[in-house]
Amino acid sequence: MVENALRYRDDEPVADPAVTVDAFAEQTNASAVRIEPGDDARILLPHLGRLSLVEVNFPAYTDGRGYSAARILREHGYAGELRAVGDVLLDQLSHMRRCGFDSFAPNQAIDRAAADKALATWPEVYQKTVDGRAAIWAKRHGLA
Amino acid sequence: MYQYDQYDQAMVDARVAEFRDQVNRRLAGEMTEDQFKPLRLKNGLYLQLHAYMLRVAVPYGTLNSAQMRMLGDIADKYDRGYGHFTTRQNIQYNWIKLEDAADILADLASVEMHAIQTSGNCIRNTTADQFAGAAADEVEDPRPYAELLRQWSTFHPEFDYLPRKFKIAIIGSDTDRAAMKLHDIGIQIVKNEAGEIGCRFYVGGGMGRTPMIAPVIGDFVPPLQMISYLEACLRVYNRYGRRDNKYKARIKILVHEIGADEYRRQVEEEFAHILTLGLEPPPAELDRIKGYFADPGFETGLSGDIDRSDPDFALWLDQNVHAHKQPGYAIVTISLKPTGGIPGDASADQIRLMADLAKAHSFDELRVTHAQNIVLPHVKKADLYALWQKLDAAGLASANLDLISDIIACPGLDYCSLANARSIPVAQKISERFADLGRQRELGELKLKISGCINACGHHHAGHIGILGVDRKGVENYQLLIGGSEGADTSLGTITGPGFNEDGIVDAVEKATDVYLAQRTDGERFLDTYRRIGMAPFKEAIYG
Repeated sequence: MVENALRYRDDEPVADPAVTVDAFAEQTNASAVRIEPGDDARILLPHLGRLSLVEVNFPAYTDGRGYSAARILREHGYAGELRAVGDVLLDQLSHMRRCGFDSFAPNQAIDRAAADKALATWPEVYQKTVDGRAAIWAKRHGLA
Repeated sequence: MYQYDQYDQAMVDARVAEFRDQVNRRLAGEMTEDQFKPLRLKNGLYLQLHAYMLRVAVPYGTLNSAQMRMLGDIADKYDRGYGHFTTRQNIQYNWIKLEDAADILADLASVEMHAIQTSGNCIRNTTADQFAGAAADEVEDPRPYAELLRQWSTFHPEFDYLPRKFKIAIIGSDTDRAAMKLHDIGIQIVKNEAGEIGCRFYVGGGMGRTPMIAPVIGDFVPPLQMISYLEACLRVYNRYGRRDNKYKARIKILVHEIGADEYRRQVEEEFAHILTLGLEPPPAELDRIKGYFADPGFETGLSGDIDRSDPDFALWLDQNVHAHKQPGYAIVTISLKPTGGIPGDASADQIRLMADLAKAHSFDELRVTHAQNIVLPHVKKADLYALWQKLDAAGLASANLDLISDIIACPGLDYCSLANARSIPVAQKISERFADLGRQRELGELKLKISGCINACGHHHAGHIGILGVDRKGVENYQLLIGGSEGADTSLGTITGPGFNEDGIVDAVEKATDVYLAQRTDGERFLDTYRRIGMAPFKEAIYG
């Protein structure tokens, strides 16, 4: 188990270490990969079937590229663990969850109870994303 | 106008609770200032030179009288009895205590208002044509689209940590009253030859240190795909916008560096994918929102006659009142630019008076303009004289709309921690130099805009006359620009030459106007004369 980890999945954590995107391209048996902010998540799309863990690194929480990377992977059907790692802070958790992250490995530990509270910040959501929550517009028009 | 349902209210209430918790954690030392800063910025709270400044969102510049009254009450209760209307159609308070911020947000939420995303590197409050729903030249009312956009952009989880701030403007007529092409995204609602409505997307405009006019990226996006197209535009930017240098991080730099064609190609590719995801609200949602923007109960058969016998009233009528689509009605712009005043400032009493006048004379509606004035969009012509008298008694009847003293100015070094020079005293001196209204009217339409630093919050690039305050070896210095414009004929101003001190810049402006008066031909505005004769005669007069 990764130190400081917060998981919102029922399956067993993946034990394999995540490799870089470059290494992943060469290791046909790797099942865990780590995306850096400058990496193109779309490179992974042909290989989603053999992936069980994707780590998205946030070297600085202000760099929001990882949100798009996560959402792209989910939009293309990735169902494995999607873990935000690095400078991951309490106040970013709920947006990360909405973009498809279901596990977090922050540099600085986050209290589980505080995390659960943060994830419950928004009683409703305005957008349809990849977290399965019905957008407000869907509820208004009986589409949810 | 739009009214919250239980969902909208739940969202702003949740935001107040979230921010109250964040402030408490900050005050308790559980968060560093670095960690707290982006969170407070996304609630409009800046730390300025002397105090916190709170920027309150006025979505697409539209307010009802209860909201306007609350803005006045907040000025009294939490600030020093005044507020400052901004070029983003918002209002700012300059003397806020961090401890009060959550209470202010709660007061705002009680009248369906908020300060969500009025700062920070996220999608900011959407602006729109201040004459929307009233203008005679409108293809379609942009406000329902702006409201759809407001909801989509509110707490958008993917686009909350963009490379840089992101500003969207939307208009529905050929006359651009919102500086649409100088936004990260400008949307113009257009009608094609088949009579269908579409959204024309201009992407990659902006001011700041590298001003750019946005190219057309999407020529005709169906209105029911507007949100999906926005998702595509933003996703390409979020992934590829520069993050190595904050001065090159706006979308205009990305579009410029890869080229409009390549940016368009990437957007189209993303758009095709996003259309498969079903992210677009259904047609019924746009219809639901449109229901709130139906015309108010205009009377019909009204007389269009106005008694012009009071000459001061007649001047105001000619300058500050525009044609309305409904016979018997007019659009009134209340100038917040009295001689010697601070552009965009209004006292709490003035704010409440404008709220009362909107209730009595404008179907409960007001608008904030990007030129820092207030609009009463639907006034019966028969009420105009009585309205003018009440405005006049409150110091709100300056008849100078679009004249040289109708100055846009940023807060400048009097308040702003980014500024290099003061803007307000320059604006005051210019309005005093040209205090004679007859002289102003002789000069005609002349849009003068002042920024206290290169970030261009005062839109100096887009002024017929622009002034940019810079710091020259520790001394405030002012550069003069000529030839900018922000309407359908958007252009960027050119610097005349070396800068001036505070009095020198006022003299230079006057000399530029003298050149115009000497050289103009019939019907030419200042801008037209400049475009015809070029910079040389102005330079000669100013520096010769």
